[in-house]
Amino acid sequence: MQILNLEGTEDTPKIILDKGNGIFEISGRSLPEDSAEFYQPVLDWLDEYKEDKNSSTEFVFKLEYFNTASSKLILDVLSNLEDIEGTTVVWYYHEDDEDMQEAGEEFSELVEIPFEFKTY
Amino acid sequence: MKYIYDLHKTMLERNLILVYEGEFTQEITKSVLAMAERNMDSMGEESNIKRKVFNVMVECLQNIVKHGEELIVQKEQKPSAIFMIGKQGGAYIITSGNPIKNEEVDKLRSKLEQINGLDRDGLKQLYKDIIKNTDLSEKGGAGLGFVDMARKSGQKLEFDFHPVDEKYSFFSLKTTIVKE
Repeated sequence: MQILNLEGTEDTPKIILDKGNGIFEISGRSLPEDSAEFYQPVLDWLDEYKEDKNSSTEFVFKLEYFNTASSKLILDVLSNLEDIEGTTVVWYYHEDDEDMQEAGEEFSELVEIPFEFKTY
Repeated sequence: MKYIYDLHKTMLERNLILVYEGEFTQEITKSVLAMAERNMDSMGEESNIKRKVFNVMVECLQNIVKHGEELIVQKEQKPSAIFMIGKQGGAYIITSGNPIKNEEVDKLRSKLEQINGLDRDGLKQLYKDIIKNTDLSEKGGAGLGFVDMARKSGQKLEFDFHPVDEKYSFFSLKTTIVKE
C-alpha cells in the first residue's frame, strides 16, 4: 500500500500513514482554508487500509493547534478508524495545554476507540 | 495629515498591538497570525495564553474570510473588514468588524445570545452536539467558531450590530482573554 506522506506547513499538519512500518501520525498545526479538501486523502487512504489492515493500528495525534473546521474532519478520521479493528488512538498534548487535553477527551467520548493520553 | 497622528494616538491609548483593515484571505490570515505570534513571543507571553489568543484569532479571521467570500460571490459589496488585537491590563482583546446582510442579523444575534447564555458545561455540550450532528457548510465552516471562541476565552462574547444602509449592518465582535 502507498505511503501517504505530507510535509507540515504553517497551516497544515504533517501526515504520515505508512502501513509497512506501522506509522500512522498527524502532527502540528491544522487550520487549512478548506479542511474537507485537505483531509480527503487521509479518509481515502483509511478506506483502502480498512480492506487490508495490520493486526493492530496505533494512530497518533500530536497536534499543537487545530481550528474548528479541522475538528469536524478529525472526527471523520476517528469515525473511519472506528471501523478498523485493533485501533488505538494515542493523543499527545503539551503538558500545560489543558485545551488540547480536553479536546482529546471529548473526541474519545464521541467514538468507540480506546484512547491513550500522553504529554510531551 | 493630522489623521495620522490621531490614528497613532488612538492606537496607543487603546493599547492596540495590531490593526488590519481590508480584504481578508487565508494568506492574510496567516500573515496576521504570524505577526501577532511574533509580537507575543517578543513580549515573552506565557504559552497557554498565546495558544488561546492564537485560537480565537484563527476562528475570528477565518469567519471573516468565509463570510467575505460569500459577499464576493454575490458581487454586492467589496468585503472590507477590520481586525484588531489590543492589550488592556493583563488581558488580550481581540476584535473584528465586518459587514453582514441585514436579514442575517437576527439569526446571528440569537446564536450569540444562545452561546452567552451557557456556562462551561453547556458550551461543551453544544460543541459536542454540533460536531456530531452538523455537516460542514458549503463555505467549509463547522458552525463551531463562536462556540469555540467562547470556550477558549472563558468570557462572554461582546457584540453589536450597527445599521449601515437598507442592505447591510456592521457586525462587531469582541473577545477577551484574561490571564489567570
